[in-house]
Amino acid sequence: MYKAFLIKYAEIGIKGNNRYLFENALRDQIKNALKELGNYLVTKEQGRIYIECPEDYDYEETVEALKRVFGIAWICPVMIIDTIDWEELKTAVGNYVEERYPDRNFTFKMEAKRADKNYPLTTPEMCMDMGGYLLDRFPELKVDVHNPLVRIMVEVRTRSYVYSEVIPGPGGMPVGTSGKAMLLLSGGIDSPVAGYMVAKRGVSIDAVYFHAPPYTSERAKEKVVDLAKLISRYTGPIKLHVINFTDIQLYIYEKCPHEELTIIMRRYMMRIAQTIAEESGCLGLITGESIGQVASQTLHSLSATNEVCTMPVYRPLIAFDKQDIVNISEKINTYETSILPYEDCCTIFVAKHPVTKPSTKVIRHSEKLLEEKIEELVKTALETDEVIMVK
Amino acid sequence: MEIYLDNAATTRPYDSVRKIMSDTLEFEYGNPSSMHGMGVKAEKYVKEAAEIIAKNLKADRREIIFTSGGTESNNLAVIGTALALKRRGNHIITTMIEHPSVHNPLFFLEENGYRVSYIPVDSMGRVKEEELLEAVCEDTILVSLMYVNNEVGSVLPISELSRKIKEKNPSVYIHADAIQAFGKYKIYPAREGIDLMSASGHKIHGPKGIGFLYVNSKVKIKPILFGGGQQKGMRSGTENVPGIAGLGQAVKECFLEQEERIQRLYELKEHFVSRVGEIEGTYANCIGEDIKSTAPHIVSISFEGLKSEVLLHALEDKGIYVSAGSACASNHPGLSGTLKAVGIRKDLLDSTLRFSFSGFTAREEIDRTIDVLKELVPVLRKYSRR
Repeated sequence: MYKAFLIKYAEIGIKGNNRYLFENALRDQIKNALKELGNYLVTKEQGRIYIECPEDYDYEETVEALKRVFGIAWICPVMIIDTIDWEELKTAVGNYVEERYPDRNFTFKMEAKRADKNYPLTTPEMCMDMGGYLLDRFPELKVDVHNPLVRIMVEVRTRSYVYSEVIPGPGGMPVGTSGKAMLLLSGGIDSPVAGYMVAKRGVSIDAVYFHAPPYTSERAKEKVVDLAKLISRYTGPIKLHVINFTDIQLYIYEKCPHEELTIIMRRYMMRIAQTIAEESGCLGLITGESIGQVASQTLHSLSATNEVCTMPVYRPLIAFDKQDIVNISEKINTYETSILPYEDCCTIFVAKHPVTKPSTKVIRHSEKLLEEKIEELVKTALETDEVIMVK
Repeated sequence: MEIYLDNAATTRPYDSVRKIMSDTLEFEYGNPSSMHGMGVKAEKYVKEAAEIIAKNLKADRREIIFTSGGTESNNLAVIGTALALKRRGNHIITTMIEHPSVHNPLFFLEENGYRVSYIPVDSMGRVKEEELLEAVCEDTILVSLMYVNNEVGSVLPISELSRKIKEKNPSVYIHADAIQAFGKYKIYPAREGIDLMSASGHKIHGPKGIGFLYVNSKVKIKPILFGGGQQKGMRSGTENVPGIAGLGQAVKECFLEQEERIQRLYELKEHFVSRVGEIEGTYANCIGEDIKSTAPHIVSISFEGLKSEVLLHALEDKGIYVSAGSACASNHPGLSGTLKAVGIRKDLLDSTLRFSFSGFTAREEIDRTIDVLKELVPVLRKYSRR
């Protein structure tokens, strides 16, 4: 029955002179999301976006894809009526109600729009006449202009459109309207959620993964690629940097006190992520850290890790409980992949009793022990960066 | 150079297997149940494969049921017996070191009112015979025993056990899970007192997705798959003709010059075990005085102070493919996986690798593996968790 969708957006509406940038971005994101599904016509006009579907489109699939496009507040499936003749239109809208609401036991309100101001009826007249027609045809309907269960919208342009259903979109802002940031993707539950949340505010995402063969397996890397793929359904293509971290890890392990390993390792991960971020035009780092979740995420540890960053580090999950994070990861479908158990060989680098309140001074002092070779190792790691385009 | 030492996981198919499979896929795509000539031609491949297998088991073609592989064969043997004999009794005996495809159907039967005894094994992976025989009672309907253990390569003397079990209760069925044994040993089930025997194609250089269950003609079991009544109703579903043809071909080829090949495998195993001994802190598991009392193709080695997964990936990096021994292969309370059951030191459970050979394995590959181990082990030990 539906041959088109009307997309409504909320926040974009208030962006003043930049509004067209946001609208264009949203249009492009929608096009991108529907690209694989067929030949849709996506056009923007007066504060909303119209999508006309190809003949053989799949309704469910289309709605699912649209639900992943940030910036969409509401998705309205639209029936197109190939006439602007008022009497014919009334019959068609009646048929629509008959088919869409078989039990017809609801209150409604008519709303109308006309593109051509010379149309024989004004909009209040359109509403009144159509409402009257529907009440005559379906006596069980009731009108409620203040709090209707269903709003039936009729628009007359070169053709006519009717819609009454609204499906909530994901909200947020279209990706690509708020710059780009570098996500530290680990393969756990948290980091994909963190990436999703920041992307929802319109930020484009690049990602970096630290690979430590043979301590982490090829499957762990595959898993991270799979996670990036799942996030890219929301963010569009992701450029994933895979950094071989083994030698750095071993060197730290050799030189530094073991209870400080994790913190020092994380400081080097941040440094490397920041370097790649700067080179690729990112304006910040994103991590999945959450206060107190593990030893390296106490306020002391976070501040020790943060010290090496000059770029802002966005930690959208910082005050989230684990269960809340799990809930989002289930919603965005990354949970199942995140819990695959490929990573634990890395645990040999985790001390049995890691420091939970590292002093930045002590850590800095320990890092001095690395002076001889670390710069060279970091340089090599950056040079051997493997870039994977994930989409 | 790639060195594949994971032949207990799966094997490289023989060229002749690939050939017969692609030929059947391309030309003989008829359904063996069809009445026309194309069906008859396809059926011929199925019959021929059954003949080849039967011949090597000194059995009858009609005693072979083709399945989707080892797991289905074990499920059919265990559940099929339980269903057929539920009026006679509800007790089943097995060992603590069976494959999950035997243990898990047994757990399922336990949930459905059957009683299962899990008999422990000694440090060589041999079942404790007295306890096994003690468990046999009037209610016992099935004893399911693994011919060769997939993790440590221990071998059970099934014909001897079968004789003793049947002395105590002649109506007990004996099931041999011979998935790691078929092709390595000459097994004549009827003579060895084996009533049901599982085997799999891809462990003997055949295709994946195909296997068989030998069912002695005097034995009655129930099917576990229902449908069009193929294979005399014992295993419904259109026969996997290319798989069956490939399996037949693999069986044919793996029993050619079998004795020489097995002899060579034992030499490789002995060589490997003695050379691994050159590396400090390594232990060959479940190999006693007489290497020939163990399977010819499986060696389990523990490396003190190393995590198996790390060593596995480090070997992989050098082109050598092996498996990690699993510390906890079981989700049943009281059962703990083979390595624990044979009493491997706790700190070595997670430090154990399985090396498994095939007729394609060359002596140079073994030597190269030893050289690589000698190079890797000390380096990796330096970085193990302190």
